[in-house]
Amino acid sequence: MTWSSAFDYAVNGLIVGNIYALLAVGLALIFGVSHLINFAHGSVYTVGAYVGWAAITYLHTPLPVTVAIVLAVCALLGMAIERIGLRPLAGSARIAPLLATIGISLVLDQLVQLLASPDPRAVPAEVPDWRLAVGGGTIGALDLLIAAIGLISAAVLFGFLRWSRLGWAVRATAQDRDAARQMGVDVDAVNSTVFAIASALGGLSGLLVGMYYNHIDPGMSFQATLKGVVALVIGGMGNIPGAIAGSLLLGLTESFGVAFFGSSYRNLFAFVLLLLILLLRPEGLFSRGRSTPPEPLTGTFVAPSRPVLVPAWAIPAAGALFALLPFLVTTPYVLQVLANAWLYGLLALSLTLVAGTVGLVSLGHAGLLAIGAYASALLAMDRGVPVPLAVLGAGLITAVLGTLLTAPTFRLRGHYLSIATLGLGEIVALVILNWESLTRGPLGLFGIPPLAIGDLALDGVRETYWTALALLVAAAMLQQRLLASHLGRTWRAIREDDVAARASGVALFRYKAMAFAVSGFVAGVAGAVTAHMYSYINHETFTSQISVLALTMVILGGLGNVAGAVIGSVALISIPELLRASAEYRALLYGLTLLLLIRFRPQGALGTV
Amino acid sequence: MLAVQGLTRRFGGLTAVDRIDLAVEPGTLVSVIGPNGAGKTTLFNLIAGQDRPDAGRVALDGRDATGFSPERMARLGLARTFQHGRVFANLSVIENVLVGAHTRLRPGGPLREVMGALFRGGAEAPELREQALAVLARFGDRLLPRLDQPAFSLSYANRRRVEIARALMLRPRLLLLDEPTAGMNQTETAEMLALVRDLKAAGLTILLIEHKLDMVMQLSERVVVLDDGRRIAEGAPEAVRHDPRVVEAYLGASAVGRVPA
Repeated sequence: MTWSSAFDYAVNGLIVGNIYALLAVGLALIFGVSHLINFAHGSVYTVGAYVGWAAITYLHTPLPVTVAIVLAVCALLGMAIERIGLRPLAGSARIAPLLATIGISLVLDQLVQLLASPDPRAVPAEVPDWRLAVGGGTIGALDLLIAAIGLISAAVLFGFLRWSRLGWAVRATAQDRDAARQMGVDVDAVNSTVFAIASALGGLSGLLVGMYYNHIDPGMSFQATLKGVVALVIGGMGNIPGAIAGSLLLGLTESFGVAFFGSSYRNLFAFVLLLLILLLRPEGLFSRGRSTPPEPLTGTFVAPSRPVLVPAWAIPAAGALFALLPFLVTTPYVLQVLANAWLYGLLALSLTLVAGTVGLVSLGHAGLLAIGAYASALLAMDRGVPVPLAVLGAGLITAVLGTLLTAPTFRLRGHYLSIATLGLGEIVALVILNWESLTRGPLGLFGIPPLAIGDLALDGVRETYWTALALLVAAAMLQQRLLASHLGRTWRAIREDDVAARASGVALFRYKAMAFAVSGFVAGVAGAVTAHMYSYINHETFTSQISVLALTMVILGGLGNVAGAVIGSVALISIPELLRASAEYRALLYGLTLLLLIRFRPQGALGTV
Repeated sequence: MLAVQGLTRRFGGLTAVDRIDLAVEPGTLVSVIGPNGAGKTTLFNLIAGQDRPDAGRVALDGRDATGFSPERMARLGLARTFQHGRVFANLSVIENVLVGAHTRLRPGGPLREVMGALFRGGAEAPELREQALAVLARFGDRLLPRLDQPAFSLSYANRRRVEIARALMLRPRLLLLDEPTAGMNQTETAEMLALVRDLKAAGLTILLIEHKLDMVMQLSERVVVLDDGRRIAEGAPEAVRHDPRVVEAYLGASAVGRVPA
């Protein structure tokens, strides 16, 4: 690397870091006052980018007007998010607002996609085209503009928090919400203001990114949220200067990482950094000393509920009934949809065990599917292992790998665990993308052998249906048995109150590891069967959207509820088919379902077990 | 049975527990009293493993147990209840109590435990359930009619009882009770007093935090008084009751010379 290219990489890193900072500052502000990681933040950023694009393209607005429009629209959007998605959830389980923001994010992304089409757009940068030569490298007008906007935003924000009455109220609320309320601070107004400011900055960030890369698309929001969250975690949750420093550090790390290793590694650095910080310095790089341990909490993770009891025989009975369906229904389409639902049912069973029964809300469960799918496909293709053994082996490999990967996160709680597992899910996909010698990298795996037991081919529509159904019924019955045993009781006790569970002699690590092993086995088998059914998979087959969909199924059915997980997956897979919804509307429907569930029926259809 | 020496815990500038010594002989009941914020619960947390001391030692049966994890202390036979009552809200009364038996089940390695749960299911349940019912019967008909109700639906007093039942299910050798009568009326307090007396009569060693001094006076062999994290008095109940430092800590300097209620 020469000096001039090093300079260019540094400038690029700082510019990208500046953009991340606009995102991360908003996340930090929101986390500060409401202890919430706003997963809709990236969607606001996307909306900002599209509003800017629309203004420039259709209204031919000059830059200052474009910026003003973006700020105003996104501020309003932020206030709407706070008002609709979060304020009604005050007092509900701590994870509820986080899940609500995921729902809002799905809805916003799909609306953008429906209004502006999924195709990428070019955003003209409304700045002159010159570049300054500085010490061998160059800096363009746009670079300077982004740096200036970053600095101005930081200064205005600092002044607002430091000298305005409302700024004081924001800081007071961040320190002690109840005390602030007691002193007459209108906490709702503070929240609303904070969401407005944060979203305005997020939208501006989207516009600048659009200009910088001259490219926007509706899929950009998820990565943006993740990058903002990574910067937030590096800087220390809720720490605004920390978020700015964390963003610049992240930008530089990515820029030089790409320089040395290539662009497909870009995100890997971000997520590895995220995990390292979460595990080694969960309070962030810039906070002084360790904070005092929190008082043991008496609150519980899930809302109290009285579950609907499904008798033990109901699952095999329902399985037997559905096994008869292929004799009654002749349309392959129905069987295909249901077979898909059975496979999602396996995933939901796997997730409801860790997220529902043990209370570890994993947002990266699709990573386990991917491990299982690749393990089985590679065993069958490269080692010539017969398919049934490959599927079994994939289950075992996923159980071991999944447990090893998640084990370091077992000491994290609540939101931190969710972010860490989200990062892990992304890391799995990125490792698959980059480990070309094993996984064929971006090409994916072609020609995965179809399902078969010996000479008995199971790749027909009916056979696939029966295979998936049999696996689902078996997994559901076994999981019921686990839940009815002392082991199940111990898992639920950990979810309800880990301090009390430990005082009764429960070793948390052991039981969390056992839950992830069982969960990994089931997810691995589900992924493996999917791979043999599809015959082609790549690193994008199992996206984080699948993780979120599985979580929605789990919540719909009731946390930890075995019958509920199956009902949730059947409902969310088959209802969009009944409505003949296209892919965009389907995701919109999932987002709305998640939002409405959290708002009106957090215990799900059958209740928490 | 329990020996604590020079136990210290600092939170920032505050020393919550300051060089505390404490000894509990087998079969006795020792009470820890003191005003709110004196460091009683922090002391419990340090002994039972919820928190780690900055200095000092904890020994159980003459063996060092300083900084042991809570689960390890539980396996050594220490059970505790919490100040505000920590029950498993979405578990039923009987399930809450059954979790208390955790250290007595020897499931073997993790794989074996999963397999055991899959293939034997609730096979251990009958005799364990009998034991749990026997423990619950100690509370008369307070809990027995509510076996299958989720703990979140119970009254505050009943949640405290469930917590004690869970602790007893561990079959502890040393029981730490943190304000077992908090929020209970006179009748309920009298019941709790009788229960603790029965446990003591059965030979259980107990360390008790309690604000209701007549209960402390009736039950304790020895009383330790904490104030501002320091031990300001220790001795037989009657002696401690009349110690001027104790009276001052409880009622302020002007009250010295009068007898606390």
